[in-house]
Amino acid sequence: MKLFILASLNGITVAALYFIVAIGFTLIFGLMRVINLAHGSLYILGAYVGHDVATATGSWYLGLAAGGASVALAGILIQSTLLDRIQGQEMRQSLVAIGLSIVIADLLLARYGGLTYQFYPPELISGSLRLPIIGGYPVFRLVVVAAAVLVGIGLWLIVHRTRFGIIIRAGVDDRSMLAALGVNVPLVSVLVFGLGAGLAGLAGVVGASALSVSPGEDARYLLSSLVVVIVGGMGSLAGTAIGALLIGLAEQIGLAYFPTYSVIVSFVIMAMVLALRPQGLMGKRR
Amino acid sequence: MNRSRLFRVLCFGLFVCTLAAPAFAQTTVRIGAVMTLEGAFTLLGQEAVRAMEMAFEEANYSAGGKRIEWLKESSDGRPDIAVGKARKLIEQDKVDILIGPMSGGEGLAIKEYARSVPEKTFINGFSAAQETTLVNPSPNFFRFNTDGAQWQAGLGNYVYDAKGYRTAAVVAGDYSFGYTQVLGFMTEFCAKGGKVKEKIWVPMGTKDFSSAIARIPDNVDAVYVMFGGADSVNFLTQYYQTGRKTPIIGGSNVTEQTVLSTKGPFQQHIIGVPSAHMVADGIEDAAYKDYVAKYKKRFPDGLAAPSAPFYGYYVATKAALTALGAVGGDLGGNQEKFRQALAKLKLDTPTGPVSLDENRQAIANIFVTEVAQRPDGTLYTKVVKVMQGVNQTLGQPRDAFVARGVPSRDNPSCP
Amino acid sequence: MPDRRKRRLAAAVNWVLFGAAVAVYPFLVPQFWVVNIGAYAVVLGTITLSLTFLAAYGGMVSLAQMSIAGISGYILAVLSPHAATMGGTPPWTLALATALIGGTLGGLLIGLAAVRTQGISLLMITLAIGMIFFYLTQQNTTIFHGFDGFRGVQAPVIFGVSMRQPIVFYFLCILSGVGLYASVCYLVRTPFGLALQGIRDNPRRLMALGFWAGLHQVAAFGVAGFIAAVGGVLSLWYNGGISPGSIGVTAMVNILIIAVIGGLGHPKGAFIGALLFVLVQNFAIDLVSRERFNTLIGLTFLVIVLVSPDGLIGLWGRIRRKTGA
Repeated sequence: MKLFILASLNGITVAALYFIVAIGFTLIFGLMRVINLAHGSLYILGAYVGHDVATATGSWYLGLAAGGASVALAGILIQSTLLDRIQGQEMRQSLVAIGLSIVIADLLLARYGGLTYQFYPPELISGSLRLPIIGGYPVFRLVVVAAAVLVGIGLWLIVHRTRFGIIIRAGVDDRSMLAALGVNVPLVSVLVFGLGAGLAGLAGVVGASALSVSPGEDARYLLSSLVVVIVGGMGSLAGTAIGALLIGLAEQIGLAYFPTYSVIVSFVIMAMVLALRPQGLMGKRR
Repeated sequence: MNRSRLFRVLCFGLFVCTLAAPAFAQTTVRIGAVMTLEGAFTLLGQEAVRAMEMAFEEANYSAGGKRIEWLKESSDGRPDIAVGKARKLIEQDKVDILIGPMSGGEGLAIKEYARSVPEKTFINGFSAAQETTLVNPSPNFFRFNTDGAQWQAGLGNYVYDAKGYRTAAVVAGDYSFGYTQVLGFMTEFCAKGGKVKEKIWVPMGTKDFSSAIARIPDNVDAVYVMFGGADSVNFLTQYYQTGRKTPIIGGSNVTEQTVLSTKGPFQQHIIGVPSAHMVADGIEDAAYKDYVAKYKKRFPDGLAAPSAPFYGYYVATKAALTALGAVGGDLGGNQEKFRQALAKLKLDTPTGPVSLDENRQAIANIFVTEVAQRPDGTLYTKVVKVMQGVNQTLGQPRDAFVARGVPSRDNPSCP
Repeated sequence: MPDRRKRRLAAAVNWVLFGAAVAVYPFLVPQFWVVNIGAYAVVLGTITLSLTFLAAYGGMVSLAQMSIAGISGYILAVLSPHAATMGGTPPWTLALATALIGGTLGGLLIGLAAVRTQGISLLMITLAIGMIFFYLTQQNTTIFHGFDGFRGVQAPVIFGVSMRQPIVFYFLCILSGVGLYASVCYLVRTPFGLALQGIRDNPRRLMALGFWAGLHQVAAFGVAGFIAAVGGVLSLWYNGGISPGSIGVTAMVNILIIAVIGGLGHPKGAFIGALLFVLVQNFAIDLVSRERFNTLIGLTFLVIVLVSPDGLIGLWGRIRRKTGA
């Protein structure tokens, strides 16, 4: 019983991390139909830059902000200089993203070497909490859940309650009509890509604080983002949350009860969703 | 110019390029190296490069009257890639001696490749899978570092006697190196009467260990943990975050310098963790201290102390250079004399003497350690016991040892 | 018309010259270039050919082709003598046939799973299937030997000559590569091939004409499966072994990269892309700083994708048109 509760709680907390990582990915796809395969590299870029700033200033919060801001900037650059020129060609954009991810990951390796880096989150959000039945539980994991809820609500508000959000939603439905109405669609695309990238950078700092950052993490997080977003439905906020929960729980309960083949479970779920409902659980049929 | 003529010109051009490779000089010995300079094992590969640099510089890039030419190739840890790079060094760059590779799986693959190139000599870099030399060894593959099971010699006995642990749980990476290290630990621990109540094998690629940690039983005296590099950092961080107090016993990689040099909250909890390896930072010998000082001076932006992969590649290079000196640089006759010299070598390394057994596998000292902290805050492994001259069968008769079978998820077992 | 006959004659002469160049190549260059560049490029090209065939003529971009090569490779590894074999193995002909049939079956099954999807969804479902197979081989120790896989696999010996002997292996690869390439070129002009291309362009119209779209697509996956299976067998013999790392995410994406670099529109692209990839992988480390060769590979890929959407073949075509060749 204790193991089940613990595994479920672990599943929910890791789902929160996956949600924060994947939300930027789904946002970019939702509006621009770009599969941003450089998402993983942007994640670790945020983690590394955030680490530099946090170590230099001694403040974890500053590191968090720097991680998000720097990657948002990188995202704006990528969209305006590279991706905008090949607008509309999905496959080509995905391939450009792959090329970018290889280059970014290698340059980061050159700058930061092969060492593993960790953060020192402030005392307030570290340490362990004694919970009934299961005993000690890391506070930071619960903090990640809170952060995921905040990010989710924040984004929902932006998308559904602001003018910018209306433009985004309109662009998802009919891009050319939006342009015909006089909206500067390329500018909106740049801002959305920047927002999505910034979220990836933030997720990098959060993820690196929960675990660590080292070369190779980019591929891991890109794959989990892909799985979560495919299962939940690309472009859907609620879908990302549901996908993250499903995958997170499957992963942790699998690891607790049948570890040998637990790693396959998330991909089986992904394959089944694609075969039976290709647009994802909450996605809209195109 | 039509297409087919262009094609032939290109072919001819490529052919000319291949001829442009520098001509093989009789006064040069070419030593090639394969190390992991990409992916998750990059840090180890960087240490390997530093190690060979230091060894070559000490010998002034010459041995046996010949000049040494050094070529490097990078692998990302995958056996196919490692063999491909080895092939490039041997067949294209015409190296005489190949040093490497880094990881266990690559080592098994390179050994098989070595078998197909009997006229060249291969010296292992750091790969520590037991089977590489224990099962079907290749006559031209030499390993001057001890294997993963040897690295744990003395640990099982130490934690049973000195720490008083009677029951343990095992959490380790689900691959052959994990099985090997666990075998090394459990062979002694179980023989003493210790019981391993639960073995939790975690698939490679896992980054969130919380549910594996959840499976650790509450009533064990200690938890034996074995993961590579970054995974160790992740595991230890998550373990200590849960607030669990059960002491940890570390596999070799867990308390290795590449992990101890990582700055993070887990560092304060790891002090006192017992482990064992073929190197230790706290060895008191003058020769070792000298070696560490040289490392720190030569590589100011290296790690806090030379790591195990550094030592592995360093000793391998030293062995090659020493043997070359012994035969006066004579690599003729399909390198027969050179290989005989290598096989008979009794090398004096910073950690003690190293010699080879009949499978060309190293017999060397192993150090049982505990993690300690220096006044300046850095962590290091303090020596608590030295196991002299540990061989591949851990002191047991070879037949009995081999008969127990290859390490696997269920072998050995003492619940 | 004399013009057409002149073009046909020119094409034939090109082919003869190409054949001659390929035939004498191994005798002019060092051994490393015969096997590690020449033969290996053809091996990778064969696996990529299965992807290019599906993409160019079926409009389906699949990431699972490397996995199919892995299926046949693993089947053959299990049934071949290798470093740790104890006891006998079936005759190599039987083992080879089983591996090829297994790979083709794998292709058909993947086709069945993928046929209801298209575009990005197809890409993702093939990625998922590939990852499932990857983890299966990594986690299962009894059949697949887990993380370390198989080592020391021997290629068959025919009439006392090992198939892995450099010049023999080179010609084996060339012959299978050319054979499969010719088969693909022929297949796409048959009614099946034309129907497939019709389905690629306008499925509804073809279905109105009575063609069963799904069946054609599954069959295409089967054909691609066979091609990839041959590539997998050659790859196993080339490497002398196979392990999960051979079919993981990096390997799967590399096939896509090769196909795109060469040009997704024509089977030639598979082999041209493979040759460039092998050259960069081997010699990038000699041209740039020892450590930054990955950046070079990534940049090369980026430049080609940005400059020429249909890869090197497209670039070549445009240069030819510009120079009026």
